[in-house]
Amino acid sequence: MPGRTLYDKLWDAHVVHVEPDGTTLLYIDRHLVHEVTSPQAFEGLKLAGRKPWRTSSAVAVPDHNVPTTDRNQGIADPVSRLQVETLDANCAEFGITEFKMNDIRQGIVHVIGPEEGLTLPGMTVVCGDSHTSTHGAFGALAHGIGTSEVEHVMATQCLVQKKSRAMRIRVEGELGRGVTAKDVALAIIGEIGTAGGTGHAVEFAGSAIRGLSMEGRMTLCNMAIEAGARAGMVAVDEKTIEYFRGRPYAPKGEMFDQAAAYWKTLVSDADAKFDAEVVLDAAKIKPQVTWGTSPEMVVTVDGKVPNPADASSEVKKHDWERALQYMGLEAGTPIEQIAIDKVFIGSCTNSRIEDLREAAAVVKGRHKAANVKLAMVVPGSGLVKQQAEEEGLDKVFLEAGFEWREPGCSMCLAMNADRLEPGERCASTSNRNFEGRQGAGGRTHLVSPAMAAAAGIAGHFVDVRKF
Amino acid sequence: MKPFAKLDGLVAPLDRANVDTDAIIPKQFLKSIKRSGFGPNLFDEWRYLDVGEPGKSNHDRPLNPDFVLNKPRYQGASVLLARENFGCGSSREHAPWALEDYGFRAIIAPSFADIFYNNCFKNGILPIVLDAAIVDRLFRQCEASEGYALTVDLDKQTVTTPTGETIAFEVDAGRKYRLLNGLDDIGLTLLQSDKIKAYEERRKAEAPWLF
Repeated sequence: MPGRTLYDKLWDAHVVHVEPDGTTLLYIDRHLVHEVTSPQAFEGLKLAGRKPWRTSSAVAVPDHNVPTTDRNQGIADPVSRLQVETLDANCAEFGITEFKMNDIRQGIVHVIGPEEGLTLPGMTVVCGDSHTSTHGAFGALAHGIGTSEVEHVMATQCLVQKKSRAMRIRVEGELGRGVTAKDVALAIIGEIGTAGGTGHAVEFAGSAIRGLSMEGRMTLCNMAIEAGARAGMVAVDEKTIEYFRGRPYAPKGEMFDQAAAYWKTLVSDADAKFDAEVVLDAAKIKPQVTWGTSPEMVVTVDGKVPNPADASSEVKKHDWERALQYMGLEAGTPIEQIAIDKVFIGSCTNSRIEDLREAAAVVKGRHKAANVKLAMVVPGSGLVKQQAEEEGLDKVFLEAGFEWREPGCSMCLAMNADRLEPGERCASTSNRNFEGRQGAGGRTHLVSPAMAAAAGIAGHFVDVRKF
Repeated sequence: MKPFAKLDGLVAPLDRANVDTDAIIPKQFLKSIKRSGFGPNLFDEWRYLDVGEPGKSNHDRPLNPDFVLNKPRYQGASVLLARENFGCGSSREHAPWALEDYGFRAIIAPSFADIFYNNCFKNGILPIVLDAAIVDRLFRQCEASEGYALTVDLDKQTVTTPTGETIAFEVDAGRKYRLLNGLDDIGLTLLQSDKIKAYEERRKAEAPWLF
């Protein structure tokens, strides 16, 4: 039998039924739920008189709409409040575990899943959110799904799927100082494009990936969707297994050892075949900054805003022209000369403790530039916030003139009160620089936490390696 | 779900690549707990000159006269012609809900993002992948001729132009069957309940920590 990829192994372990045309019922182990993409699914269940198949597989948390200040005041926006209250009511009615807004375990769904041990290696994980790919960092098969599928998984514990093609992206060698998982993710997207992974499940491999912490691997898998891949994953190693020891929902004692023995098999076989393979040299990756309105519109920090005349096609040329106009940028401008108005450090891409430590190390003993109106740090969860405070990171940020907020999705997509005003330019550690993403007319530049912090201090983009 | 069989529809050309779901339906409208009523806010930031908010009436908002869907000749369009990687970004099903509520039943593009593509089929919208050169030609024909309409036949898997040119497209057999018949996925899956239970029993023995 030919060798199997990690994706093959995860897939095979979850097949319930296969139709003659290959359409598969895939069993789902963990269903993460948030307030934005679930209300219509619960309503659908109620209208059809259906019950959840296995309530213990689902865990819910409000994250997209929650305020990051004055939590004790509740949610001011009545529309946001209704959505969160609807989640509370649905979870109570259907008996689903929920970490409510003021629970210390509340946070961004993709941060709390691994943090609580709700996500485990070898699991199939779904959530009505495209950044569910994050959980693949642990050798899990994790997909973002739509609301119809949220309802389908609730009712049947299965997802109707056809197998994707397998792609391996190897990053070999050692990353330079100041170069992070976020830069690797953006460099990959710059290389293969935002549709480069469409139709594929991507395994990230190579010595540079093995060298990443679990937090870094999450950042990388999180951005797999920005390369078009619905699932990203990294093989299990000792770091993966150690991460889960003592997590609340992870197995304990002998059960942990039994699970760990299985988890160790979750690697691609040496002779496994991939449908596509991309190789990057880690040493050549520099800190990245996006200049446009798609994550593939990215250059290195020592680069310049590109010229549409150099685009490879007419369609692309028009896109670049439109992006430059929206972003208020001139072709040929050095990236380091672009001044910013706001800094956002947070999101499911970069709001874990390691991200906050990296950003704090840059701002320590410095102060945000006068032209920066707001620099905000939004931890990924209540527990990340607590740990950061134990380490004194909150004080480092506050002394530097940065704001220290409550956990949630916040200005990654601006569903709560945190947003850019029209024309404002932001150094953001989030995942999407689409038009209007962080607020109508807002201009987003995606960067790593260290690069966002450095931009906040300098008032413009700056190479964190020189900082 | 509404079944989809055959559509003879006016075409609107949206000439940009990588149209993301934030553009299709901006996040402030995702606060709704309903699945209907998103049509007036489809492409909100491109369509209107002010910033839309949920609950705000859209009737007296200033329209952007340059946006394609605001041009008189494209009123009533039910086929959207688009470029590469249409629907990239988030998993929000509000995107196909908004397109469907506006009146689109078919979208033609050289490629679609995976989650969006999948979500379309759950909502009675047929996403059609055609070769980029063909899509380019349809764009030129559509822009050149007012009232340009295409006939989409899902059963035969063809798109027919006003001059009678017939273009074949591929669609997964299972998805086609469900869309033609407007079938509910959940009901079909529950027919396999015994297999799901058997899988769970086997898995509980192999990997008890998952339960």
